[in-house]
Amino acid sequence: MSTTAEPKKLTKKELKADHPTWCPACGDFAVLASFFNVVQKLGFDHEKVVCVAGIGCSSRFPYFVNTHGIHFIHGRALPLATGLSLSRPDLHVFVFGGDGDGYSIGGNHLTHAARKNINLTYVVMDNFVYGLTKNQTSPTTPIGRKSKTDPRGAIDRPINPMSQLVSSGATFIARTHAAHVKHMNEMFERAILHNGFSVVETLSECTMFYPGAFNDAIPRKGGEFNLIDEETHDKQDLAAAMALTQDLTPGKFGVYFETERDTKNELESAWVKDAQAAHAGLSGQDILRQSFARLR
Amino acid sequence: MSATATPTSIRNAVIRLAGHSQDGIQSIGAFLAQLAGSTAQDVMTYMTIPSTISGGPSIFQVHLGSGEVLHPGDESDTLVAFYQDSYDNHLSAVKDGGICFYDSDKVEEIREERGIIHIGVPFTTATIEAIGGNAKSRGKNIFVLGMLCAVYKLDRDKISDIIAAKFGKKSEDVLRNAMLAFDAGYLWPVHDINHMPMAPGENDLGQDRLSTDGNTMLGLGLIAGGCRFGAGYPITPWSTIMEQLRSELPKYGGMFIQTEDELAAVALAIGASFAGHLAITGSSGPGLSLKSEAMGYACMAELPLIVVNIQRGGPSTGMPTSVEQSDLMQAIYGSHGDAPRVVLAPRDVEDCFYTALEACRIAKEYSTLVVILSDQAIASRIEAFPEPDLEKNWIEPVLDLSERPEDFKPYPLDGLTRHSPPGAKSASGKYPVVTGLEHDEWGHPSGSPKMHEQMSAKRREKLIQLAGTYGAPEIYGEESGDLLIVGWGSTYGPIREAVDRLCSEGHKVSQLSIRHIHPLNPNLDEVFSRFTHILVPEINDPGIYGFGQLATMLRAKTCNPAIQSLNKIQGLTFRVKEIVTKAEEVLAGK
Repeated sequence: MSTTAEPKKLTKKELKADHPTWCPACGDFAVLASFFNVVQKLGFDHEKVVCVAGIGCSSRFPYFVNTHGIHFIHGRALPLATGLSLSRPDLHVFVFGGDGDGYSIGGNHLTHAARKNINLTYVVMDNFVYGLTKNQTSPTTPIGRKSKTDPRGAIDRPINPMSQLVSSGATFIARTHAAHVKHMNEMFERAILHNGFSVVETLSECTMFYPGAFNDAIPRKGGEFNLIDEETHDKQDLAAAMALTQDLTPGKFGVYFETERDTKNELESAWVKDAQAAHAGLSGQDILRQSFARLR
Repeated sequence: MSATATPTSIRNAVIRLAGHSQDGIQSIGAFLAQLAGSTAQDVMTYMTIPSTISGGPSIFQVHLGSGEVLHPGDESDTLVAFYQDSYDNHLSAVKDGGICFYDSDKVEEIREERGIIHIGVPFTTATIEAIGGNAKSRGKNIFVLGMLCAVYKLDRDKISDIIAAKFGKKSEDVLRNAMLAFDAGYLWPVHDINHMPMAPGENDLGQDRLSTDGNTMLGLGLIAGGCRFGAGYPITPWSTIMEQLRSELPKYGGMFIQTEDELAAVALAIGASFAGHLAITGSSGPGLSLKSEAMGYACMAELPLIVVNIQRGGPSTGMPTSVEQSDLMQAIYGSHGDAPRVVLAPRDVEDCFYTALEACRIAKEYSTLVVILSDQAIASRIEAFPEPDLEKNWIEPVLDLSERPEDFKPYPLDGLTRHSPPGAKSASGKYPVVTGLEHDEWGHPSGSPKMHEQMSAKRREKLIQLAGTYGAPEIYGEESGDLLIVGWGSTYGPIREAVDRLCSEGHKVSQLSIRHIHPLNPNLDEVFSRFTHILVPEINDPGIYGFGQLATMLRAKTCNPAIQSLNKIQGLTFRVKEIVTKAEEVLAGK
């Protein structure tokens, strides 16, 4: 019998927590299942996986995953995860949320987390509607779609999350669909393995308030699921990625953009390393005494 | 100069330097303060800066003393006026028979009044002559420093060392010019006044004394308290703390991040706190408002967090570079729902260090939000005080990633919250979710009325437990008497000086300085009952009901009708005589 025990592989069963409070057939169930699949496959240490979310239906995600988790306030999941990721580079940080949380109330943070290239993976479950508050217009609701806040149909131009992401400086940008599990698995896995800020825009149907919103990308419902041809699409070409974002009805699915750039985690750590090397052999108290000496 | 006549030495000197913000008058003040700190003299400075980037009127007042200095000085003994507007606006601040040095190149209209001795010195041309070339206005601050050094017979060698330490780093030319300007000022004939040698300092800890401002000591106190991660957004007068921590924390293996906004700053800090570190964010006025929602989250989730608020003047953008104590209620109650937290207030520069350290200890021990309420006056003024002993004042940060036992509960109803940070294993195989929803002991969301009642009690009771550890309030002066003057924050010095003056006039007056703003010391009721009158001076508005913010809290806490307010709402600190006058009225039963 070997003395060194094989590290126990994380199982789906161990990753499951509370039964989701989502409505029956909500697209988010598939996202959760896909997350379990990928985390299990990648064999992370159980205690090092962390799920972070803000507020919304999809932001309930951390309660349904048996890992360390934090359910924060509306729109601020990304900055919280930034503090977590920068101060604990040993962790696998995942952020989950919806279109309202990420593109509206928390919209500013998306740009900054992306440009700073914070090492984490962000999954946006975009359903084009505010579901938890029961059917108001969201930042991605198409023009003309009726809701409780737009009884005559939405009149504001929706944001284009993909072109925003491309211009934000994110280093891995993908788009997938919760009804296409295999594709979703692949996108999540590639996003997680990417070093830096990776984001996956995931169309996830709200069966309660916006049923059929994404049928145009489901072949058995008469739609087309068009994949990006990675043989011809240059993933490092920003202009090519931006061109792909121009038509999202239903548009293309796959990796729009992917590049390598120093993460803020690495850049900050390098500073810490240099500063500590310059003070090697000194205790914290010694360093503080040096500061005092300058004030004499 | 003759050495024959030795004028009587003086024990106190209040020097007001009035110029514009780009003239470097802050550096003269800082040099004088540093000199005082290293020569066993005491010092307190006071400055105003315009909220514009450059060119606005600015003053820097230095109060030097052989003994203890408690306030920056009501009136100036000496005014140094760089421009006509400096002269016009500040001559009234000079005491009768005081001295006014003015730049005779810039100040043209002189009003001889109240026996003030006027001495015109061409700061501008004399500096250009000394340095040579086209130096414009640069260096005249150092010229003035040299002149003051001669007038007050300050230690020329020490101040030369301080100048060398400051400018020597830049380049030899810069240092040479500074010394030329200094010597020209030192040797400028100011024959028509008696020189006023400062008496030697009496502080026995002269060698180990530091002289610096409150924000610097607050930042260093956070480091000593074990804060290793922070995030912030620039805003006056908080910014210097974030600048300092950004540079200093990497040396200790930590980091400070500048964020896109205040909301992100507090969220990053909470993220680091969730990660198991002691984290800090901070701001001033408007920034505190923006952080309020997330601060409530920290209370609900019971995460340790430090939020520094350097109070400034007015609501909204208000008076960004003025002082006020009007954020007390917001610090205590400024989140929706019942979100109890700890609020501490330092009373002087030295206390900024110890308050920050105490905030760190409390935040960790009680797993709570602690707000540090400093103010613009403490943040920017310079004082001299003994160096803190780090053997006794140091908390080594610990990241506890030990495995949590089978029965681990993050929110036990019968104990203090101890979170399990990511990276810590769970013996039970179940991992906790930290949450802002009302929850049960394991952190599961709960809408149960009983659970909300129990958890609200848990969050409240831990603060009551903390207040039970405070001990008896420290009273300055007699333990009972006719009047107790109660203050908080930067009014400490002026109140103490007022109490000394009133006692010397034969009144029975004592002082209480409240550092624990929330929760208050449970023994206050008993202390107050020993005094006939209680006066609470505050730099805030008396509001609709006639009481300042602390006074309102004290009345709510003690139901003591003897509590009265003295409010000042000019964006300025109290003068000692304002407190004395009001106290005399109270004592006379007016």
